[in-house]
Amino acid sequence: MSARTRFWASLRSSRTAAVSGGALAVIALIAIIGPLISPHDYLQTDFSKILHAPSIANMQIFGTDDLGRDLFVRTMRGAQVTILVAVVASVVSLLIGVLYGMVAGFIGGRVDAVMMRLVDTLYALPFIFFVILLMVVFERSLLLIFVAIGAVNWLDMARIVRGQTLSLREREFVQAARLTGVSPLRIIIRHIAPNLLGVVIVYVTLTIPQAILLESFLSFLGLGIQEPQTSLGALVDAGVNQMEGASWMLLIPAALLALILMCFNFLGDALRDVFDSRRFR
Amino acid sequence: MLRYALLRLLGAIPTLLLVIVLAFLMVHAAPGGPFDAERTLPPEIEANIARAYHLDEPLPAQFVRYLSGVLKGDLGPSYRYRDHTVSDLIANAFPLSLKLGGMAMLLALFIGIAAGSFAALRRNSAIDRLTMVVSMTGISVPVFVIAPLMVLLFAVKLRWLPAGWSGNEGVARFVLPVISLALPQIAYIAKLTRASMIDVLSSNFVRTARGQGLGAYAVIRYHALKPAMLPILSYMGPAIAAILTGSVVVEEVFGIPGLGQFFVRGALNRDYTLVLGIVIFYATLIVLLNLVVDILYGVIDPRIRQR
Repeated sequence: MSARTRFWASLRSSRTAAVSGGALAVIALIAIIGPLISPHDYLQTDFSKILHAPSIANMQIFGTDDLGRDLFVRTMRGAQVTILVAVVASVVSLLIGVLYGMVAGFIGGRVDAVMMRLVDTLYALPFIFFVILLMVVFERSLLLIFVAIGAVNWLDMARIVRGQTLSLREREFVQAARLTGVSPLRIIIRHIAPNLLGVVIVYVTLTIPQAILLESFLSFLGLGIQEPQTSLGALVDAGVNQMEGASWMLLIPAALLALILMCFNFLGDALRDVFDSRRFR
Repeated sequence: MLRYALLRLLGAIPTLLLVIVLAFLMVHAAPGGPFDAERTLPPEIEANIARAYHLDEPLPAQFVRYLSGVLKGDLGPSYRYRDHTVSDLIANAFPLSLKLGGMAMLLALFIGIAAGSFAALRRNSAIDRLTMVVSMTGISVPVFVIAPLMVLLFAVKLRWLPAGWSGNEGVARFVLPVISLALPQIAYIAKLTRASMIDVLSSNFVRTARGQGLGAYAVIRYHALKPAMLPILSYMGPAIAAILTGSVVVEEVFGIPGLGQFFVRGALNRDYTLVLGIVIFYATLIVLLNLVVDILYGVIDPRIRQR
């Protein structure tokens, strides 16, 4: 059995990974299909139905909010935005981190030392406050949120990729490629990058919940996604204002957000265990 | 040891400088000025305001002026709270946040270490499993979800504790904010302590101590506790940052007039100098506290000092 098939085999045998991954797939599916099936629209206000409690009748299983909007469709819409932001932001951090780490690890020596010293310095900064500063200073847009969160989360990825690249560089097949005159760029693309895939997947799974957390934190404070668009963090914020009379407005988005975060954390932990056990056999 | 501490201190200076440069540039890269949103003023008055706040000078000159102010502890005037300087606002609001955060940190360390050690000693028992499931949940649920849920349960439904800050007196109003702030850290510290305690308890020197007839309590107290605490100590840096961030949320939810609330208000009002000042203050605080943790680490673990 090759290392790669063994990786997938042990991944399949991990029950935590299967359950949390499956739950995430179900949530994503409902978030996409739900709003399409529902007769309600996430923007449509209805002042005859303000703050109705959840009920089966009328297809409003999550109730309505303080403007009479259907909370099921809004929550699903919020989940879509939250997951979208997290995935795109994670891809941004992945691109920066993998590129940075690969370059530092592959070149090595003094360049590596300087590049990693910079990462160490940035590590000590409380980035969340800089992200808030960005949100204050510039026009708040989805694009800015992607970039800001991505720019914060690349440090871990850079460190890990750099470590892997350093050890890969010394392996026989890379040495062989180098001796036969393969260009450095081609070595990176053909020999280094494919071998980084496993560790990158593991750490992306751990980056996504951090991005979700950051986005919903910003939206909760009113600095992220702006009305009438919504995200789970913005819905929790709206729920806090109505919790005395309409606790479902707080409980439903809060529970969904917690569930998504928990699934990603469990999935990431399980993936890391699988990956580590393969590496340290 | 002194050499080690001095080296760490010198290392913090570039980081702090980077903080100030980055934050300053971000604010000044903003399209438009800080007073754009208000009614249009005659150009002469606008020029006067710009001059009063030194906005007419070239950027490097503004930066030098700002930096020399920061070094003297002067973070400039607030753009929105017209009669106050940023330093005044921070000095007035921070003690409350410090009290809140300090209590949360102590609570988190105490309960987290106790629960984690207990779980490690009773490994794979029902109590251990329960502790770990609770702590995984605690890690996943963010402060801005925990805090409102606590209010809903203990203040709105059960009416045991006050939900807000103003109009309430005494210790009771501290209970919910401090617990909300501490819970995620309790979870994290418990998980870390358990892992590191299991690690240490299976090491050779602990086995030797047990072999010499020492009881479980004495082994933990005199042999296992100190090495098992090293990962907790290195987690203190991130924990401090997390509590600072959490305090922003908690102060907003409970209406506590601490620094976090000023920060959010400043951010929503686009009070550039206030937000800039608080970011620099928070960053300095975190960098300095990290420095203290680093030095403590060196005190406890002599292997670190030799690097």
